[in-house]
Amino acid sequence: MNTRKVLYQYGYRRCPDQDRPSPARHSVVVVGAGPVGLCTAIDLAQRGIPVVLLDDADRIGEGSRGICYAKRTLEILDRLGVAEPCLEKGVTWKIGKVFQNDDLLYAFDLLPEEGHKMPAFINLQQYYLEHALVERAAALPNLEIRWRNKVVDLKRHNDGAKLTIETPEGLYDLDAEWIVAADGARSPLRAMLGLAFQGEAFEDRFLIADVKMKGDFPPERWFWFDPPFHDGQSALLHKQPDDVWRIDLQLGRDADVRAEQAPERVMPRLRQMLGHDNFSLEWVSVYTFQCRRLERFVHGRVVFAGDAAHQVSPFGARGANSGIQDADNLAWKLDLVLKGEAPERLIESYDLERSAAADENIGHSTRSTDFIAPRSAQELRFRNAALALARHAPFAKRMVNSGRLSMPSTYDTPLSTPDVDTWSGSARLGAPLPDAPMQDRNGRPIWLLDAIGGEETILHVPNGAQLPTGSRVLVIGDDLIDAHGTFAQRFDASPGSTYLVRPDQHLAARWRHGTPSLIKGASYRLRGFEGGHA
Amino acid sequence: MTTLTTESRLADPDQTYRTLIEAHRGLSDEDSAALNSRLVLILANHIGEHAVLQEAIALAKQSMEPVEPTSE
Repeated sequence: MNTRKVLYQYGYRRCPDQDRPSPARHSVVVVGAGPVGLCTAIDLAQRGIPVVLLDDADRIGEGSRGICYAKRTLEILDRLGVAEPCLEKGVTWKIGKVFQNDDLLYAFDLLPEEGHKMPAFINLQQYYLEHALVERAAALPNLEIRWRNKVVDLKRHNDGAKLTIETPEGLYDLDAEWIVAADGARSPLRAMLGLAFQGEAFEDRFLIADVKMKGDFPPERWFWFDPPFHDGQSALLHKQPDDVWRIDLQLGRDADVRAEQAPERVMPRLRQMLGHDNFSLEWVSVYTFQCRRLERFVHGRVVFAGDAAHQVSPFGARGANSGIQDADNLAWKLDLVLKGEAPERLIESYDLERSAAADENIGHSTRSTDFIAPRSAQELRFRNAALALARHAPFAKRMVNSGRLSMPSTYDTPLSTPDVDTWSGSARLGAPLPDAPMQDRNGRPIWLLDAIGGEETILHVPNGAQLPTGSRVLVIGDDLIDAHGTFAQRFDASPGSTYLVRPDQHLAARWRHGTPSLIKGASYRLRGFEGGHA
Repeated sequence: MTTLTTESRLADPDQTYRTLIEAHRGLSDEDSAALNSRLVLILANHIGEHAVLQEAIALAKQSMEPVEPTSE
């Protein structure tokens, strides 16, 4: 039963900070070595900021938890140097199918176009992702992970905070200029600051099971309303690596949590769904969920990220994905502030941008849950009406909601310089850049996002005028060749077009004809200098 | 003459659906039925075309018939 085939064990090690007469002072301490904490720490370390990452455990592998990683998350992981092992191990997919009873209601394709380095989604057990991240972290000399270091007290100061840490060898104190709290949905740091975590709790119970078997199902997301094998409820099936299948079964609000996890109850349900006996149960759990968030993610020098800041239902894969996007948003800002290249108020834009993203994710997740788990007879009638009409009318298909899958947020933010020109194409101000297949100076293929990496960048299409200066400039047709015309199409580019890209690869500004002073102003603005002035 | 539009006309169908759900939150079943009846009358008047309403009724009734097993 609840055994873990893959479990990575790490060791507690005494560190010099424990023997200092007065607390050591660090630039950044990240609390929680889950995907969000690890990504934040790796991103900062890659940017040259020394990081201490604390975790109260010393292993990876308890529970299967998150499994779906979206395209934007994979692009971030790629920048952090861990996408390759994840793609290699993960199950790539992009098709979702929605069934009612035995009938296919509709199918959707999450990435219908070519010309992107990363796929729409991969499924991967969370412990594989965490393992890849820990390996990457270990390769960074300025990133130190301290296992079995549990934060038991936090005292805030104007210029940072003091942490008291419990280890197997007793307590010690640390001072940190910045603390990133990525300590999960039950965040002890949130409790230490006495912060409310408010939102909506859902009463429906769901059974989640990881099953090992040789299955003939394709690598797609299959969702059933009222399946023949599970009367009146819903079911979800995902393929994971190692012949493991994730099954999610709605149990209703009156289900007995303990009884439903018992093998004598679980096995017949799964047998009915799979139509055979030829499987073994890897992991099973019954859960309910909440959609809630902190009112503010930034509390002085303590910044909350991931589940510690916001929580969603699992429908739509918006938990781990949004958490990793928090890390992506925060790391470059902390880096610039710590290096004195941006004012401290830049961190406020993390609160603003990621709060809006959290609201978007909570909104989608709540609406999906309304549809999947109706609360009253009338809600059930609406749901069933939409499902019935979906067979006859296209409008109703669009109302059928089995989970809207994670998409990156487009930031409506003071860091962007509003468009003055008209643009078409798929690039949007405030959104992550669409990727595009390019060639380098020597004609070798290179992806646009790889070329940009994590640095503020100007993309410029020459028109004979003087080239822009300031941030790093990549000249289209020179540094990057748009051999397929994909860049021109996705960015609606013409001679003179200039794009300013943030270090998290979001589009900050663009001009048909950018002047040096416009570009300079936009660059100040993206670093949080008000009105575009230093 | 206008005919019934069955293509989606909503910019954000999920939000529209949520608005209907929220309107019913906390109502008894009877009150929900009363709310829906009023909504139908209001929207029928807003449509303002008898033929379109008849088409809508026909579509709704059609979707209530049992699903025939099909072999595509």
